[in-house]
Amino acid sequence: MKHIDEYRDGGLARAIAATITREAVARRHYHFMEFCGGHTHAISRYGIEDLLPANVRMVHGPGCPVCVLPVGRIDDAIALAMRPDVTLCTYADLMRVPASAGRSLLRAKAAGADIRMIYSTLDAIHIAETEPHREVVFFAIGFETTTPPTALAIKLARQKHLTNFSVFCNHVLTPPAIRAVLDAPDNAAIRIDGVIGPAHVSTITGTAPYQSLAADFAKPIVVAGFEPLDVMQAILMLVRQINEARHDVENQYARLVTARGNMIAQLAMAEMFERRASFAWRGLGELPHSALRLRAAYADLDAERRFAITPTATADNPACECGDVLRGLTRPVDCKLFGTSCSPESPMGSCMVSPEGACAAHWTYGRFRDRARAHAGRLPA
Amino acid sequence: MCLAIPIRVEALLPDAMARVTLGGVSKCVSIALLEDVQVGDYLLIHVGYALARLDPDEAAQTLAMMRESAQA
Repeated sequence: MKHIDEYRDGGLARAIAATITREAVARRHYHFMEFCGGHTHAISRYGIEDLLPANVRMVHGPGCPVCVLPVGRIDDAIALAMRPDVTLCTYADLMRVPASAGRSLLRAKAAGADIRMIYSTLDAIHIAETEPHREVVFFAIGFETTTPPTALAIKLARQKHLTNFSVFCNHVLTPPAIRAVLDAPDNAAIRIDGVIGPAHVSTITGTAPYQSLAADFAKPIVVAGFEPLDVMQAILMLVRQINEARHDVENQYARLVTARGNMIAQLAMAEMFERRASFAWRGLGELPHSALRLRAAYADLDAERRFAITPTATADNPACECGDVLRGLTRPVDCKLFGTSCSPESPMGSCMVSPEGACAAHWTYGRFRDRARAHAGRLPA
Repeated sequence: MCLAIPIRVEALLPDAMARVTLGGVSKCVSIALLEDVQVGDYLLIHVGYALARLDPDEAAQTLAMMRESAQA
């Protein structure tokens, strides 16, 4: 596949790794957080950590919308879906996320709720058009990448005068989450030296929103693509910035990301959405101005208003350490549930559900390398 | 969640839609978020919408930079 395969060249990756090893100063540590789950997945899948020298360590960040959605919002969605008049449309990512009392959207569907997996918001609009007797609710989640498609669906629903379509909005914003991670008092414990910035979020936002983050925390940020060579190149760029005592925003993903981003998408988002005063993130807690809701002008298409949803606060499973995993404080293998009662087949926590979650990525790929390393250690020299 | 890949535009369709093909699978996607899309452009497709157009010159520069990093 053109524009993909070129960035998966293993020989080139090893050669860049050799440069990283040469340039990383042996007596110092380089701890980089990859914010996005897409990067976490690539790092696990392609074994990037195995190529890096011991003093360059990757810390997994909270950039997985499925992982940071609080359980209470899934409970709210299930309650909506259980209404006999409602058809709940959702991306497949959310189907297996554990809600409270052992429930999930998948189990609610099995129990008879009308829940439909869709590929695009246009599918939800199509269902609303063709089934006018159903109240079609789109369960919207995602960062800035996924928000413009929701905005366009709202616009389309208004143009088509659809009265049976609404959006249960859970869109969240990336910069407040990066700020929260860098600002946390326990950041001292993990000491993040630099950040690999979002790939596809940045196609929408541009690199401009990261400038104040890099300046405020004196940390370099390199926006990078999700392919393995993109990640390797970004790590090298971060090592060089640290060595040169710089904390700039650099753009490794210039083939798709610009400084300003996608202005049409930004305008569509600004027209339909406004910032909530505050929103709860799993792992990060309440973050001010970190999420979106529909503007008053589109209140009639807002499922929260139409169905008078009052936010349910639900505590996470106390044994599940997703919260600390999302902040980079705990590694998946350090959680008691990892690989025992929690696996992708029967997940206890959200980080095990999404393929981009740190736990699922480690379960699917990383643990085999751990085993290979342990095995290699036992072999006679 | 933010999974998206660059795919070539095969044909422009009415209502700000375009047909793209990847690995033999053809799909119609929205190009309402982009301006002046042409057949042959590589667009970043996410949940049925094109979010960005790939800049081939920048792609060539990035690959050159990677090869340079490999020899540094």
